[in-house]
Amino acid sequence: MSNDQLVIAGKAYSSRLLVGTGKYRDFAQTAEALDASGAEIVTVAIRRVNLGQNADEPNLLDFLPKNRYTMLPNTAGCYSADDAVRTLRLARELLDDHRLVKLEVLGDPHTLFPNVRETLKAAEVLVKEGFDVMVYTSDDPIVARELADIGCCAIMPLASLIGSGMGILNPWNLKLIIEEAKVPVLVDAGVGTASDAAIAMELGCDGILMNTAIAAADDPVLMARAMKLAVEAGRAAYRAGRMPKRFYSATPSSPSEGVISARKL
Amino acid sequence: MPNMMKIRINGEDRALGDVVTLADLIAELDLAGKRVAIEKNGEIVPRSRHGEERLSDGDELEIVVAVGGG
Repeated sequence: MSNDQLVIAGKAYSSRLLVGTGKYRDFAQTAEALDASGAEIVTVAIRRVNLGQNADEPNLLDFLPKNRYTMLPNTAGCYSADDAVRTLRLARELLDDHRLVKLEVLGDPHTLFPNVRETLKAAEVLVKEGFDVMVYTSDDPIVARELADIGCCAIMPLASLIGSGMGILNPWNLKLIIEEAKVPVLVDAGVGTASDAAIAMELGCDGILMNTAIAAADDPVLMARAMKLAVEAGRAAYRAGRMPKRFYSATPSSPSEGVISARKL
Repeated sequence: MPNMMKIRINGEDRALGDVVTLADLIAELDLAGKRVAIEKNGEIVPRSRHGEERLSDGDELEIVVAVGGG
């Protein structure tokens, strides 16, 4: 397993689980869950600073050791290409010329479905400006192809709606995207529990990005560990190559010969 | 106070007096030493230039931090 690494924008990672830092009880719990997840890449959001009050408010970045985690600033909450690009330029400045980013441009506040047209527009600008763009998108294989052609370093289709925990709703589309992709494909959004993560990895996804499935569990730290194991198990199963399914055709696992004979009663 | 400037910070208008540079403003807002990034009128102002970047009436600033998110 040790040489089965996830390579994104030229950098190798041992963990295929990427996690978000939102919705935890506090930063201490965030740090504990991140640790249990084994994640090496963690997303952060960029927001206006609170002015006035809370001058001594703790800062998320103080809880995330820089040498342990690769930050993945996102554009969550942006509804236009322009806002997303500006947000990531701010992130680059904030994180000292940091290049790896997660682009998401939303199209609807209820479904949080991506606005693909704006996403493509933003991706072109960001790639030209030297960003390494991991991009959240719909599970449309053609859009995935176009985003890869633009130069995005990872394609991240939704498995179901952000924060819904509805699981892998369209494995067929994910499979189409995975089979064609020249860059890593990560499921971003929709995973609800460990089996969802395993299913995504068994399909051949290169990794999974999740937040709510861990943060909204009753015990986020335990769920973080569950997700780590599920991603590892799913990946191992994918690499091992599953047995073919035999519909309506049972095959015994034990030898057919040598069964003791029936006695007349 | 002479030369009050109106500056829009994170979507809110503020009237400011003794502020000449962005570094002055950062101190005024109690943000000195904090991990923030600043955009002025749509352009990033790198940290290294906060001391020399002069503010003018009507400037629009976005001052951001990293927060938890997915």
